[in-house]
Amino acid sequence: MDLALKDLGDLIADTLSTEVITTDVCNDELAVTVRPEAIVKVLTFLRDNVNCQFKILMDVCGVDYPDRDDRFDVVYNLLSMTHNSRIRVKVSVAENEAVPSVTGVYSSADWWEREAWDLLGVYFSGHPDLRRIMTDYGFEGHPLRKDFPLTGYVELRYDDEEKRVVYEPVNLTQDFRSFDFLSPWEGAEKFLPGDEKADTPEDTPTKGDG
Amino acid sequence: MAETQIKNMNLNFGPQHPSAHGVLRLVLEMDGEIIVRADPHVGLLHRGTEKLIEHKTYLQSVPYFDRLDYVAPQNQEHAFVLAVEKLLQLEVPPRAQYIRVMYAEIGRILNHILNVTAYAMDVGAMTPMLWAYEDRERLMEFCERASGARMHMAYFRPGGVAADLPDGLADDIAAWCETYPKMIDEIETLLTENRIFKQRTVDIGVINPEQAMDRGFSGPNLRACGVPWDLRRAQPYDAYDKVEFDVPVGKHGDCYDRYLVRMVEMRESVKIIQQCLKNMPAGHVKSQDHKVTPPPRGEMKGSMEALIHHFKVFTEGFHVPAGETYTAVEAPKGEFGVYLVSDGSNKPYRCKIRAPGFAHLQAMDFLSKGHMLADVVANIGSLDVVFGEIDR
Repeated sequence: MDLALKDLGDLIADTLSTEVITTDVCNDELAVTVRPEAIVKVLTFLRDNVNCQFKILMDVCGVDYPDRDDRFDVVYNLLSMTHNSRIRVKVSVAENEAVPSVTGVYSSADWWEREAWDLLGVYFSGHPDLRRIMTDYGFEGHPLRKDFPLTGYVELRYDDEEKRVVYEPVNLTQDFRSFDFLSPWEGAEKFLPGDEKADTPEDTPTKGDG
Repeated sequence: MAETQIKNMNLNFGPQHPSAHGVLRLVLEMDGEIIVRADPHVGLLHRGTEKLIEHKTYLQSVPYFDRLDYVAPQNQEHAFVLAVEKLLQLEVPPRAQYIRVMYAEIGRILNHILNVTAYAMDVGAMTPMLWAYEDRERLMEFCERASGARMHMAYFRPGGVAADLPDGLADDIAAWCETYPKMIDEIETLLTENRIFKQRTVDIGVINPEQAMDRGFSGPNLRACGVPWDLRRAQPYDAYDKVEFDVPVGKHGDCYDRYLVRMVEMRESVKIIQQCLKNMPAGHVKSQDHKVTPPPRGEMKGSMEALIHHFKVFTEGFHVPAGETYTAVEAPKGEFGVYLVSDGSNKPYRCKIRAPGFAHLQAMDFLSKGHMLADVVANIGSLDVVFGEIDR
């Protein structure tokens, strides 16, 4: 299984040498990182090539890494029924960059790209209908970004006097609690006084050597 | 003759329409009674599950999966625990694998009972729902006896299941397996050759295999077009490689075939449950790695280490090695996938949920175009959409 995936990864990397950045087999899954501008070409190749035949686009999703320059990963999970294998294609884009839409290659990408736009704010150029899909009509912000608070910014309720639903800033009756259960021994790198002694080579003779 | 301007009519279908199966708002552009464009508006049940999971430990995330497709909660949990186990490289004891497969199939029957009967009701047949719900209730009692909850079981855990089956449950499930095929027969006498039912469903919402693949179809909806693809068979997980079952395939890819495929799948699920009961070995029901699964209560009374493990599992949880995986199971509605990214801490960094219904509902426009308004109802019913999983 692993070997076949590795061969497939090599084949893709050889054929699309300018588009593919890395290929990687991990946990019995093949992941290919490609340049964002080449995503349409890569997915068309993966769909139509005899050795690939990834006919179904199972999922498109975004992942947010706020510390990176290219903040978002857009991940395409494909399935090939002919070869009974899966592949993951990834592209990295910055916040102000666009990914070419793949709706022309797979019709199913339509809503998933809308979802990634709605929840993360990844812009897909050439998408026929890039509206919000999950959030409320007139919602502002992209809730799955790591800097978006879990409680959100607005809450809504039915106002009996105005006879309509009104939006108000979130008012928490109890402060938002974020429990940190990470143990101090396994969490962040800590410097304890005396630790440096372990690294310095011992050149002084110890007592008692006589 | 004076020229008259004819304008297409826009019709708002839902979100409170009984045959919208939940909270679907469907904006239909209509030329008379013919659908020109169908634009489903989803998200009315969006609860931010993926965001919430990023703030919970792996164990605390499990119950969120029950609340996605609340018609068959077990199958969603299955996908998530398999993903976590894959990242942890954790072995699951055989007994737990069989129990999981059995409950996954119970979930499949739960789902298909609801779907087939509610779909029949949408196109005019009231009786199947009233009859089959008795069996659905029995199945939920089996869930309650194993986990304490009728619907939202939270029974599948990383490393196995929460607890072993109580005494007598296996016998009761086996007895139920004997009687249930008769109920399927009875529902089939009401529907399969029913003239009204066939008039409403045959050749409605036809999709061919190429179009279905292009639109990301999976599960019964894909098999109804004649694609013999079942993840339980093609990429078996847990004990599915040790049970025998047939994969029913349709021919025409219309609403009627989707119904037929589900009816046969229920019979196959009963067979799988029987095999699980017969072949289930004795032994542990959860991994003995107590960094991941809690130790037994009795051991905690005497062992300091067990007490510490218990405390750590339920407060800090367990750390999952950094990495990512896309793990999918054959849920009753289709391929339910979890794309899990771990950064090595005790909480998922990102957990994308691939809901089968999301792709199916997306094809509503394609399936309904050119059909009459009443066929929209048949299409929604046959696609088997549940908004818990679509909106997440």
